[in-house]
Amino acid sequence: MKPSANLEGEQAAVHFDVVSKRFDDVVALNDVTLGIGRSEFVTLLGPSGCGKTTLLKLAAGFLGPDGGSISIEGKRVNDIPTYQRGIGMMFQNYALFPHMSVAENVAYGLKTRRVPRAERDKRVADALALVKLMGMENRKPRQLSGGQQQRVALARALVINPTVLLLDEPFSALDKSLRSSMQVELREIQRKLGLTTIFVTHDQGEALSMSDRMAVMSEGRIRQLGSPVDVYRSPADPFVASFVGDNNRLRGQLVSIQAEQAIVALGDALVQVPGERLSGLEKSAAVDLFVRPEQFRIVAPGEPCVIKGSVVAQIYQGGHVDLQIECSGSVGDRLLVRSPGEQAVLRWPMGAPVGVAIQADRCSVFPAA
Amino acid sequence: MTPRSTYQKVLGWIGLLTVFVIVAFLILPAAVVTIAAFNDKPILSFPPQTWSWRWFGRALAYEDFRQGFFNGLIVTTWSSTIALCVGGMFAFVIDRYEFPLKSAIEGILISPLVIPHFTVGLGFLILAAQVGLSRGFAIVVICHVILVLPFVLRSVYVSLRNLDQSYEHAASSLGAGPLRVLATVTLPLLLPGLVSGWLFAAILSFNEFTASLFVTSQRTQTLPVAMYNYVREFADPSMAALSVMYIVGTAALIAFANAFLGLGKVLNIEQSH
Repeated sequence: MKPSANLEGEQAAVHFDVVSKRFDDVVALNDVTLGIGRSEFVTLLGPSGCGKTTLLKLAAGFLGPDGGSISIEGKRVNDIPTYQRGIGMMFQNYALFPHMSVAENVAYGLKTRRVPRAERDKRVADALALVKLMGMENRKPRQLSGGQQQRVALARALVINPTVLLLDEPFSALDKSLRSSMQVELREIQRKLGLTTIFVTHDQGEALSMSDRMAVMSEGRIRQLGSPVDVYRSPADPFVASFVGDNNRLRGQLVSIQAEQAIVALGDALVQVPGERLSGLEKSAAVDLFVRPEQFRIVAPGEPCVIKGSVVAQIYQGGHVDLQIECSGSVGDRLLVRSPGEQAVLRWPMGAPVGVAIQADRCSVFPAA
Repeated sequence: MTPRSTYQKVLGWIGLLTVFVIVAFLILPAAVVTIAAFNDKPILSFPPQTWSWRWFGRALAYEDFRQGFFNGLIVTTWSSTIALCVGGMFAFVIDRYEFPLKSAIEGILISPLVIPHFTVGLGFLILAAQVGLSRGFAIVVICHVILVLPFVLRSVYVSLRNLDQSYEHAASSLGAGPLRVLATVTLPLLLPGLVSGWLFAAILSFNEFTASLFVTSQRTQTLPVAMYNYVREFADPSMAALSVMYIVGTAALIAFANAFLGLGKVLNIEQSH
């Protein structure tokens, strides 16, 4: 589905309306408003302590808000306890009941709902089939691998047909290769079931690859809400620019601004950059350019370029090469430059003097902090 | 094995020797009593000249010991069970809820650790006389509950602290109300802590002497009190024989608990999951 940016309370599957929460003197959430559409996969991304987990706990009902209201499927749930909310949740440590078998774990939510035995057995079998865990029914959680435990946790959360699926950093305990395959699989299942999902992570790569929309949070506020492409391409502020994806920060000086296009001086060179976030700024004010590693291009010294420097590190990544360039000017210290393919390894050896050109129309520019 | 210098090896041997000496020191009294129990002569002497099993027979046949043993079982079972229920509930409340005077109440519950057992016993004796409570089992059980409560409370409290709340959160997210969560998730996961608390309380209660001396009567005297009364009149090795059986019995109980629950879990050394 194509979610709209501003969902009203009635349309949204989950709606946080000016929600605030504090723990003693610490403000965990500062008037957060967020609507999540039906079948939408929304990620809450941010560093630890940004309030993302608090927001998830409020949706689950493990915590109550100090102000504002939370609704699920149009119904205000502020005063409804967790066990009546019809949510499904996956925990960071999976929280599988260690004293129950796999089948008993999955059946737990059906027993509380008094689903008759025959139907219960069928639904447990279906759920285990969905997560590809047939034949494991009688094992205890400790006899399973991390990936299998996660599948049980997913089956347990899905079998009750929850109105919302809440995921609290479920991949953080898995090794890298397993993590990416589980991510794809979870997303496939989520799409197939059309399940509204709130996913909490501190891993920006995970957020970019999985979300329909992502909310980047810091210090109890949502800094930016948008599709991964929007957030990556046009971050709303310097925090988002540096938190999501790799970025280089270059210090420049505003020369002129006209019709959303600004001219910025980077050392001796002038570049034309998008200026929509610079309105009202005086000339010669300091500005920060955020340039993605792939928006740089390395050229031979002498060719037209913006920055001069030399190669100080080569990080061969197979499909691409990351180069670190030590700059001679005052615009920044080390630049991270991403070069597709592998020619860069031979073409720009360690210590080689190089020039760096910028694809300036795609970078983000903010007034210097 | 990692390579070690001579210096490290010497340190290692010294450490090993220290451990050996400490262990020997710890088991010394039990070893002396065990050997003395097999003395054929009707006096407690060490080392024995002639050997015999007969004092074991005498200890088992002695009516006051038999009565004391069964009285002890009654008192221990009731007091540990009541202490487990009361202490468990208090531990739960202290762990989960914030309320005024919380630390004061916590302090009072732990206070039997600082109040001497004879004070508790004496207090109950005076109180019982005052309210006209007969010196039956009730007073002994109540007295023991108070004495073992801090240990049970600690044991359950530590288990609750170690219990990851996400299990309970998971259960409630799956639609289980508070009582169901308690019955199907919290209590089963706390079981090792509850068993260890009960066992600890039971051993303490069964061994308790000082307060029991005050609150028991001829009819309700527990085994330690019976042993005390015996040793005032006789000095034969049946006391030692009884001690040996006592040690073997307790060891068997702990071995049993270990086989079914794991010693680490029972003694609350390991985390319960």
